[in-house]
Amino acid sequence: MSAAAAGVGRLIARKEVVICAGSGGVGKTTTSAAIAAGVAAQGRSAAVLTIDPAKRLANSLGLSELGNEERQVDPVLLDAAGLGGEGELWAMMLDAKRTFDEVVETHAPDDATRDAVLSNPIYRELSNTVAGSQEYMAMEKLHQLHLEGRYDLLVLDTPPTRNALDFLDAPRRLARFIDSKSLSFFAGASKAGLGIFGRGTSLLFSVMKRATGVDLLQDLAEFFNTFGDMTDGFRERAERVDALICDSRTTFLLVTSPRAASIEEARYFARKLAAEDLPFGGVVANRVREPVRGAGGARLQTELGKVLEPELARKVGRNLEEQRGLAERDAHNLDLLRKRMGRKPLVVVPELPGDVHDLEGLAAMGEHLFSADALRS
Amino acid sequence: MTDLFDRRLVYVTGKGGVGKTTVAAALGLAASRAGKRTLVCEVAEQERITTAFGHEPAGFSEVEVAEDLSAFSINPEDAKEEWLRHQLRSGRLASMLSSSRIFQYLTAAAPGLAEVVTMGKIWELAQLERRAKSSRPYDLVIVDAPATGNGLALLRAPRTFADIAKVGPIRNHAETIHRFTVDPRQSAVMAVALAEEMPVNETIDLENRLQEQMGLKLSHVVVNGVLPERFSGAEAETMAAANGDAGPAAREALEAALTGHERAKSQRSQVGRLKRGAEAPVATLPFLPTPELDMAGLEELSRELERRL
Repeated sequence: MSAAAAGVGRLIARKEVVICAGSGGVGKTTTSAAIAAGVAAQGRSAAVLTIDPAKRLANSLGLSELGNEERQVDPVLLDAAGLGGEGELWAMMLDAKRTFDEVVETHAPDDATRDAVLSNPIYRELSNTVAGSQEYMAMEKLHQLHLEGRYDLLVLDTPPTRNALDFLDAPRRLARFIDSKSLSFFAGASKAGLGIFGRGTSLLFSVMKRATGVDLLQDLAEFFNTFGDMTDGFRERAERVDALICDSRTTFLLVTSPRAASIEEARYFARKLAAEDLPFGGVVANRVREPVRGAGGARLQTELGKVLEPELARKVGRNLEEQRGLAERDAHNLDLLRKRMGRKPLVVVPELPGDVHDLEGLAAMGEHLFSADALRS
Repeated sequence: MTDLFDRRLVYVTGKGGVGKTTVAAALGLAASRAGKRTLVCEVAEQERITTAFGHEPAGFSEVEVAEDLSAFSINPEDAKEEWLRHQLRSGRLASMLSSSRIFQYLTAAAPGLAEVVTMGKIWELAQLERRAKSSRPYDLVIVDAPATGNGLALLRAPRTFADIAKVGPIRNHAETIHRFTVDPRQSAVMAVALAEEMPVNETIDLENRLQEQMGLKLSHVVVNGVLPERFSGAEAETMAAANGDAGPAAREALEAALTGHERAKSQRSQVGRLKRGAEAPVATLPFLPTPELDMAGLEELSRELERRL
């Protein structure tokens, strides 16, 4: 088997888009970056996309900053980390607000509409602060880059949400918000003036007014009114993004740690993927402690006694037993994970001695990810 | 610690996976032991706190899990209903609105509404005069908040919303909540971290953004899962030297010890970096080699928090 097709390589062979999902803190960002770096090291071009307010990816890729454009990771640095070769590694940290603005600029029929939307207070909050718009824009950017076709592989590191499903649901919620059903209502309201609703023409509207305040409704109405002509464009895009994530060239990898809480989350997520009929490639279990195989107890103490003072020997023995316990717990949880995931392929990445935050770390992680023994069936 | 427990709200955030839920629950235990009627509140549907205290998930209701300690999980949908009922002062109108499809579309993604009603519920929980007369009052509400980015957005939501709605009932309500969350006598924001490169970076970044975006100071940083420093540097040298001559079992044990030693050393330097980089006081919690979050572990961590905060 060629190195390219071993371990996680088998799960992403012939894929053009890899979406790494999972709960926070399981190592999604490093896994995404290590997969892209591994593919680059195999001589192909790969880009990793992340939405990251804390600049984690920039940290790990040795880039001082990441903008809304992909940047190439310095080949000299890649070489130094043992990832060099014919391939290219690109990275991008998504600016959700800017991506949203670009979509508006693309779809606006004229400059006046564009400016009206961009300066609308509802739009500003929608594009800037709202949970959901980041996810929406991540998918949007993914779609854009895929369309441009400059990379052999795109890896998306999904945003850190408490609930791993948010990044699937949020864009749809947002698309629905912009959708015409609520729009026609507000478009009418804005053209006719809000006054008619205040007189009780629409009980619903007057109740809404009572709950929210007139200005807010007025702004919403204006927002929808200016946005009106662009909704078709938005809907089409949303449909194309949906089509891309369901495509057979796309695969979802679920990243998890061997802790019970993240396994529960992984199971939940796997069900969701199945229910949505999305292409689920497999699971990456990260930071799994390697089993302790050797003897402990008296035999170990005898061996240690030959090279260490008794007190230190006992401490070393105690330390090993604790490691053994922790590794057994991980093995147990891994079994649980395998059962929960049915027959899905499982890639096991051991806990590395140092924490992974630079290219060398990514290279070390990549070696495990792409090794033949990583893949357990 | 005392000054922390004299607030009405402690908002616990930090990078994903660092143990926010554990720290929030342990902090709750410590506060209840200090005689504060305490509520630990999650902003997720998982009810991990309720279950960690050995109780069944309870939905949108406050569950007493120990003396002076309750748990609660906020669901934005239920919070929205409750808020609407209060705002309209009519259950009938509220349910009419809630069942309207247009309203559902609008509110499912209306800029920040889910966040603002969630913060509204947190605020309501922290009031001595509760909205419903039958609700029990709490001295302290501890929020197990979402991870850094989303956690900050949630905290900022009332301000954001107040700015969008220039006048009207939402604005007034959002203003009240905002004033409460930024009042250092009433509310505190705590960050949980791990002694690793990226969680440390994210914590320092969080402190800066909190200051920039809300003019707020981080009250404490708690570093979770800090490994014990079992071996001295001299012992590590002895072990490394012994490694060559040792038998196979001893070699595995020595390597495990040396790896553990390196990890503990690297953690110590990360904690040092955090202490230099953050203005807020930094406390550490020991790594517990226990399987998952359980009562005994929480108890132990809560005692540690008492000593160290």
